[in-house]
Amino acid sequence: MPINYYIFLSIALFVIGMVGVLTRRNAIIIFMCIELMLNAVNLLLVAFSKMHHAANAAAIPTAGTEGQIFVFFIMVVAAAEVSVGLAIIVMMYRNVHSVDVSFLNRLKH
Amino acid sequence: MGVTQILFWFLSVLALFSALMMVTAKNPIYSVLWLILVFFAISGHYILLNAQFLAIVNIIVYAGAIMVLFLFVIMLMNLNRETEPQKNKWVRVAGAVAGGCLLLVLVAALKDSEVKKNAAMVGEGNIGLIKVLGKELFSTYVVPFEISSVLFLSAMVGAVVIGKKE
Repeated sequence: MPINYYIFLSIALFVIGMVGVLTRRNAIIIFMCIELMLNAVNLLLVAFSKMHHAANAAAIPTAGTEGQIFVFFIMVVAAAEVSVGLAIIVMMYRNVHSVDVSFLNRLKH
Repeated sequence: MGVTQILFWFLSVLALFSALMMVTAKNPIYSVLWLILVFFAISGHYILLNAQFLAIVNIIVYAGAIMVLFLFVIMLMNLNRETEPQKNKWVRVAGAVAGGCLLLVLVAALKDSEVKKNAAMVGEGNIGLIKVLGKELFSTYVVPFEISSVLFLSAMVGAVVIGKKE
């Protein structure tokens, strides 16, 4: 599978996630679109790791593992970030009873 | 077209369609369900690339834990289609245009790149197997691995402290 296909698929998913962050007002949906962007990058990293493995497997048998280890750590950080982020959103909801990000404009007063 | 090609196109179309439905769904619970479908499609891509460990971890961690957490929070706040705030129509059009411009720029920049002649090895190769990944993780990358456990501890403490009711 030519690597270009994976690059374009990952770019498309990333841009869809970015449009979601710009377009929606619900804080939870924005958070989910950030997770979509992270997954697009994960997919591209795994595809590149296989590409490097295909190119260098004769010389170094474990040529592409860095990409997949990086994806593992991205998932670790995403899980930690989701738990803290949702705690913040729940606390925000408890105070103002809304998850609307436009509502937080009040901070500027 | 071989089986891997058909699978690749099917999974890609499924992932893109589910992502679009996720971004445009009014009810937040439908958004979560579409995102779970995206994660399954991406795990399918991982299996196609023979990254077995990451495919299973993706399902268990993302679709199984993180999305369930999102669903709990949405149900806690009782969000549904009627209470959903929406941006002004022109702001949404501007957002879509901005996304389209970024897509255009990135695709145009990478369309004729040199790396095009390389291929991602599909369906074979053993670096995705848990044995090889485990060896690398526990020998070369053991320090980040241990630090990530400290990260989880701090995230747990942070989440509990933030969510505490006075």
